[in-house]
Amino acid sequence: MINFKFYKKASTLLIVFAFVFSCTNKEKDSSDANHSANMTVKGTQMAELTAPPFVPASVGDRRAKKLIVNMEILEQEGTMTDGTTYMYWTFGGSVPGSFIRTRVGDEVEFTLSNHPDNKLPHNIDLHAVTGPGGGATSSFVAPGHEKKFNFKTLNPGLYVYHCATAPVGMHIANGMYGLILVEPEGGLPKVDKEYYVMQGDFYTKGDYGASGLQSFDMQKAVDEDADYVVFNGKVGSLTGDNAITANVGETVRLYVGNGGPNLVSSFHVIGEIFDKVMVEGGDFINENVQTTLVPAGGAAIVEFKVDVPGTFILVDHSIFRAFNKGALGMLKVEGEEDKNIYSGVVQEGIYHPEGGVIQDMPDSGKAKEAVSTSEKTLAQKMVTGKQIYMKTCFACHQAEGQGIPNAFPPLAKSDYLNADVDRAIGIVINGKTGEITVNGAKYNSVMTKQAISSEEIADVMTYIYNSWGNNKTNVTKMQVEQIKNAH
Amino acid sequence: MKTVLRLTICFLIICFTEVNCQSKMVSIKGGSYTPLYGRDSLQVTIEDFQMDVYPITNLEYLEFVIKNPKWQRSQVKKIFADGSYLREWKSDIVIGDSISLNAPITNVSWFAANAYCDCMGKRLPTIDEWEYAAMANETMPDARTLETYNEYILSWYEKPKTFNNEIGSTFKNYWNVYDLHGLVWEWTSDFNSVLVSGESRKDVDNDSNLFCGSGAIGATDLMNYAAFMRYAIRGSLKAKFTMKNLGFRCVKNSIK
Repeated sequence: MINFKFYKKASTLLIVFAFVFSCTNKEKDSSDANHSANMTVKGTQMAELTAPPFVPASVGDRRAKKLIVNMEILEQEGTMTDGTTYMYWTFGGSVPGSFIRTRVGDEVEFTLSNHPDNKLPHNIDLHAVTGPGGGATSSFVAPGHEKKFNFKTLNPGLYVYHCATAPVGMHIANGMYGLILVEPEGGLPKVDKEYYVMQGDFYTKGDYGASGLQSFDMQKAVDEDADYVVFNGKVGSLTGDNAITANVGETVRLYVGNGGPNLVSSFHVIGEIFDKVMVEGGDFINENVQTTLVPAGGAAIVEFKVDVPGTFILVDHSIFRAFNKGALGMLKVEGEEDKNIYSGVVQEGIYHPEGGVIQDMPDSGKAKEAVSTSEKTLAQKMVTGKQIYMKTCFACHQAEGQGIPNAFPPLAKSDYLNADVDRAIGIVINGKTGEITVNGAKYNSVMTKQAISSEEIADVMTYIYNSWGNNKTNVTKMQVEQIKNAH
Repeated sequence: MKTVLRLTICFLIICFTEVNCQSKMVSIKGGSYTPLYGRDSLQVTIEDFQMDVYPITNLEYLEFVIKNPKWQRSQVKKIFADGSYLREWKSDIVIGDSISLNAPITNVSWFAANAYCDCMGKRLPTIDEWEYAAMANETMPDARTLETYNEYILSWYEKPKTFNNEIGSTFKNYWNVYDLHGLVWEWTSDFNSVLVSGESRKDVDNDSNLFCGSGAIGATDLMNYAAFMRYAIRGSLKAKFTMKNLGFRCVKNSIK
């Protein structure tokens, strides 16, 4: 009898246990879109929307809710780079648009408002939406009006949203894109710092850096010939004072998107290895990644622990985009150095983004030295100096010596350059790191030492000093040798 | 007292303008052309017609609502105009200081624009008529393949607050008509007859003609991007909608 009772109890327990277990098992599997569709919501919440590089607070372990998102479209002039402005079309007043954070099973009530001052109709296609046009068919809205539609978030992941009004390419090229995150149940694992970085390419009538209000260039867009490739809508949005920050020992998570319209990003952080990449913003996790591809209209989530202090450069490793078109950002890490992981400042240890010049073979070098016993004329120096400049200096300081705002100082009409010729020669010989102020702007980057002969230095420096409104100093080979020997 | 004074001034102005109250029109010589959504085989033929030289101004519209109180802001039936109808005006019959009397009237619905033209013994232009007149630049009746023509139109999208510029502030075209580009959008009688659903990529399947136009490359591609915007804005509208950047002008048939 006792035995039987016990058996009965045990079996009931077992059945209950099995039932509960199967339930929780099912609950855990949030990638099951069917399951997400049947999730009930409890309560209503206004969505927190943030401008880049910030993201709203994690969903944590909150239940699926009715989430209210109010997004306003603004056509407004903004800064592309110092002295250059552009008429951006924006979701929420920023490029990329406001970051939307949801969890799987949420019922999103989305209101898209088109500001009365705007000239054009717009809509929104959210890649997180399951339905025709990703919402585009239900959100086509004239200026001065608003449209509301609802959708349920079925699949977790990081998704792009963008405008899909004709001509679609132009709306995207003007900045109409952003990211919406759908977190799994319980949220993504907690990390110390989270940021929002989104790449985009821009096509302007004038070339890179041309001043004034630049209009959109349709032909360049069709040809995929971008003037600007930038993070977060403009050159310098993540450099200098705008750099994102972390402390040594913290784990950083970047929500990386690519609005396009045309270019695929080879996203890389100089001096870091991604511990984890949620490839294409989905469930698949790859580990120990150097560079991850972010397709146009796609995203990725990257995570890494920062072990040493310093400035880490975010780039599109299609590298001319980084140094000539603006795709450059900075992560500044503060804290204690760890010499085991990174030995610290060794000049030769610094990453050479532009490589410097290739050293000559010893004998050809000798031959050159032998030829030049007497000093060249200014005209001769200008010719060879220009050749050396275009080979060695051009990539960073640019064709007209204008430099790249926030990254590489100008040589044209440069107060820093003209103030001290010997110092300038010394920089070419020895390289330069650390902060300097040129024409009122602060620069904090690295110039590698240039492996070129004294004569070549004299020629290129003479060329620089006799171009672009500089003080016309004629630098001699002797002068260069003296400075070389003084060190 | 101040209001009374203002009203009196308003009426005085109206009395003066009464003589010219029928705004000036010019003849547009008919012809045939291929619209954006058409193919070479689908030419549209336009009869001769008369078109207002300028869009209707705030002042002209004020005169209209004084004579026709049912089109005043507080009187208008909600199904004929949305909540933004004449929103910038100070009251039913006072325009307000910040708005130029000679700027084009905007924030009016299709119903209102239609009633206005009707009242003047005119009508709204069809899309085809409007597009036909608007494909001219200063010197050519059809300048659509010119890069400068298209750049001018596209550059307007980047100029803020043009709705408060006065009429006549843009160029006079081949037909002696002003402001078809560069000031405000304009209502047409059949604005919703070319369907742009808002899901423009779907339209690629739905309306292959519209897509064929956009599929062209080179100069015609630019042309279509400029025109595409007009079709997109028309497609986003309903007849009771009003917009800060949307006005109108009238046309009438030529007497044969």
